[in-house]
Amino acid sequence: MVRIIDRRFDSKNKSAVNRQRFMRRFKQQIRKAVSEAIHGRSIRDLDNGEEISIPARDLSEPSLHHGKGGVWEQVFPGNDQFSAGDRIKRPLGGGGQGSGKGQASNEGEHEDDFVFQLSREEFLDLFFEDLELPRLIRTQLAKVTDYKTQRAGFKSDGTPANINVIRSMRGALGRRLALGSPYSARIRELQQALEEALARWGEDSEEVRALQDELGMLRAKIERIPFIDSFDLRYNNRIKVPRPTTQAVMFCVMDVSGSMDEERKAMAKRFFMLLHLFLTRSYEHIEVVFIRHHTVAKEVDEDEFFHSRESGGTVVSSALALMRDILHERYANGQWNVYGAQASDGDNWDNDSPICGKLLGNEILPWCQYFAYVEITAGEPQNLWREYAKLEAAHDNFAMQRIESPADIYPVFRELFKKTIA
Amino acid sequence: MKTTPTRTRRRAGKAPLPAGSEWTAEAIERYHEEIARVAAHYRLDTYPVQIEIITAEQMMDAYASVGMPVNYHHWSFGKHFLATEKGYKRGQMGLAYEIVINSNPCIAYLMDENTLTMQGLVIAHAAYGHNSFFKGNYLFRTWTNADAIIDYLIFARNYITECEERHGEEEVELLLDSCHALMNLGVDRYKRPPKLSLAKEKLRQQEREEYLQSQVNDLWRTLPAHDVRAGARAEHRFPPEPEENLLYFIEKNAPLLEPWQREVVRIVRKIAQYFFPQRQTQVMNEGWATFWHYTLLNHLYDEGLLADSFMLEFLQSHTNVVAQPPYNSRWFSGINPYALGFAMWRDIRRICEDPDDEDRRWFPEIAGSDWLETFDFAMRNFKDESFVAQYLSPKVMRDFRLFAVVDDDHDDKLEVSAIHDDAGFRKLRAILSDQYNLGAREPNVQVWNVDLRGDRSLTLRHTPFRRRPLADSTDEVLRHLARLWGFTVRLETVREDGTVELQNEIRGEIRPSSIHA
Repeated sequence: MVRIIDRRFDSKNKSAVNRQRFMRRFKQQIRKAVSEAIHGRSIRDLDNGEEISIPARDLSEPSLHHGKGGVWEQVFPGNDQFSAGDRIKRPLGGGGQGSGKGQASNEGEHEDDFVFQLSREEFLDLFFEDLELPRLIRTQLAKVTDYKTQRAGFKSDGTPANINVIRSMRGALGRRLALGSPYSARIRELQQALEEALARWGEDSEEVRALQDELGMLRAKIERIPFIDSFDLRYNNRIKVPRPTTQAVMFCVMDVSGSMDEERKAMAKRFFMLLHLFLTRSYEHIEVVFIRHHTVAKEVDEDEFFHSRESGGTVVSSALALMRDILHERYANGQWNVYGAQASDGDNWDNDSPICGKLLGNEILPWCQYFAYVEITAGEPQNLWREYAKLEAAHDNFAMQRIESPADIYPVFRELFKKTIA
Repeated sequence: MKTTPTRTRRRAGKAPLPAGSEWTAEAIERYHEEIARVAAHYRLDTYPVQIEIITAEQMMDAYASVGMPVNYHHWSFGKHFLATEKGYKRGQMGLAYEIVINSNPCIAYLMDENTLTMQGLVIAHAAYGHNSFFKGNYLFRTWTNADAIIDYLIFARNYITECEERHGEEEVELLLDSCHALMNLGVDRYKRPPKLSLAKEKLRQQEREEYLQSQVNDLWRTLPAHDVRAGARAEHRFPPEPEENLLYFIEKNAPLLEPWQREVVRIVRKIAQYFFPQRQTQVMNEGWATFWHYTLLNHLYDEGLLADSFMLEFLQSHTNVVAQPPYNSRWFSGINPYALGFAMWRDIRRICEDPDDEDRRWFPEIAGSDWLETFDFAMRNFKDESFVAQYLSPKVMRDFRLFAVVDDDHDDKLEVSAIHDDAGFRKLRAILSDQYNLGAREPNVQVWNVDLRGDRSLTLRHTPFRRRPLADSTDEVLRHLARLWGFTVRLETVREDGTVELQNEIRGEIRPSSIHA
């Protein structure tokens, strides 16, 4: 009697420990990869895992084995042209050596990066580590709300179980038509010619046979187009969405004048990311408005916000005025929680700073849940800072901080966190 | 597929086996019952079978820990898991259909995503093919202990966990790293293990003796008596004979290891030794299992128990498994052991049942013999190297269109040394056999000497085979070795003319921290 044991409900994740060990062991490399990933990420997109790649040689496991060189005599299958004593040019990359590596493989020793998926928790953990968030806050932020899964179209990779047959076959059909169309057109022409030829010369003539041969060849070509290709495969895409119950809008205001270099922008980006992440804990639907400014302000999309560069002077009030206008136009119906975050190097046109103070104090802060200002500079406080400092005393929903490294970002949020946790 | 024109051989009273793609426990049981019956008909001798149904995720877990159901924890297993998981989730790669464990009872994993056909295929392939090979082949009988392996792995995991608690995860991890680096040189290739039972008793006795001896030595140490012979002693090498099993040598002789570290070295060594026969019998073992799933399922089909749909699906995946792309194909990655093994076993059966003149010339002893007996003999007494040398027939070489290429780094061109023709058959066979010879495949590095009277440095000797050098990672491996040994480690190369040249030297005591890559 055979014993059949159903182990499907045994504990999964037997390898979880091994996975953690792997992460710990290569923390340096992974952290570096995470920093790079943050650079390429949308600030709204902090809640997913991340694909991390590490150079394979960093995590190779050494062993004693043969290297290249010396004499190797190996047997290969599929002889199609050689006889004993033939001398062949050495293929590129010095193939024919080592075990398994084919003689005909035209790539030499080549190492791919080791790519793997970080889970959301692991990613956030590394993200927080740089920011030096206290433990309690980390768990608060990493808390997951209930999501529901819903279908969201199709994607081109996934597990075999999620293959969408109809979509895949439709794609395959399209590809076959497209690849076959030059032949089909030619076939139509030939067919016509054939009919004419048949009428004129009858079945046995040279011309008819030539046409028929060509037709046959073309049909065979169409036959040879693969019926389905991995390229055609489409998978059902399912995403998790929270049902919105409360909503918030977040204004990101950034100075893009010449003095804000890439490094400062990257720092500002982390600041915006953290605020956004924090808001996702409290609100289930968040809109983000990006405003960048030098002497004039402009509402832009995220990509332009972080990646385009301009130079020139700085008039901060232009941005605040734009923010006020958008705020009153779109988000003043009482259903929105408004958050503002401003990043700048503190350099402002002298006469403009008092205007900023007034705008912010009278027309923006009263509508805001919270407004945070970070000045990314190592030097002396600038005039904007002094102006804002007056506001800080009068408004408890305003926070400001000068930052030099990512670790300085967190204190800006301290007040805000206190409120939420309480 | 053998075709039966009409299904006249259908057995009275036997209902056909369930068809369709969904499997149930009852269906698996019925398949197993029929397959076991046919296997017995072909006189396959197996361990009892235990079938375990697991999910894809669990399959990946098992994958990551080198196919074993339990194993100690180590980051490298995590790395393999991540790599597998990524490949699988992206749909780039399917999982193996089966993992089978050489244990008693023989454990075969069935993945719950597989269709009923695949489950049937896996039962025939793993639970009867591999299983009978594990039980019969001399390498497995000599080197592995199917009754004890699972228990040993549980012991190993618990022991290493305990070490981690006592000495810190980091410490244990570094030790394991070093052991893993030497794993492929941590096996006895030629020496056989001593006979058990009596041997065990002797061992215990020896242990007692050694204990007493150590007491005695301690006493003697205070006496200056044996100074007289010191000069003569210094001439002796230690070890007196070169030692090929580096891990064994470390375990027994490394001066600075603590007892728990020796035990960990021993665990890694034991596991390496357990997998050693599998590395030496790939072609035979996979070919054997493939031959039997093919034969058993066709037998059932001929009896009318299997549906046509089953056969079509089965043959499709069977054909994929035994495909051999030619050397110039994009998909080529060496000789496919499934293809070669399957072809060879099939050919042996053909030689037994229906020999032609060529076969009678090449294989007078098996041509026309009883194929089951010949199979049994071949399965029990060979490994890849000798199996190819003994049984690779001209027909198989012709069918595969095999040819041999010499790649000499002193020559700017490759040379075809033999092809599948009358002049080349024997040469081809010898070369292919050598290709499966682990002795030639892996570098010959042995412990040569320990400077007992001096700085306790350890000297290894590498004797290159056909001038093949060691790979670049050798330096790092030596650092690992030096960490285990605790003193200077040297690697010497013995050149073709017999002179010896110092290749690498890792000096002095290596602190654990400096070995971090």
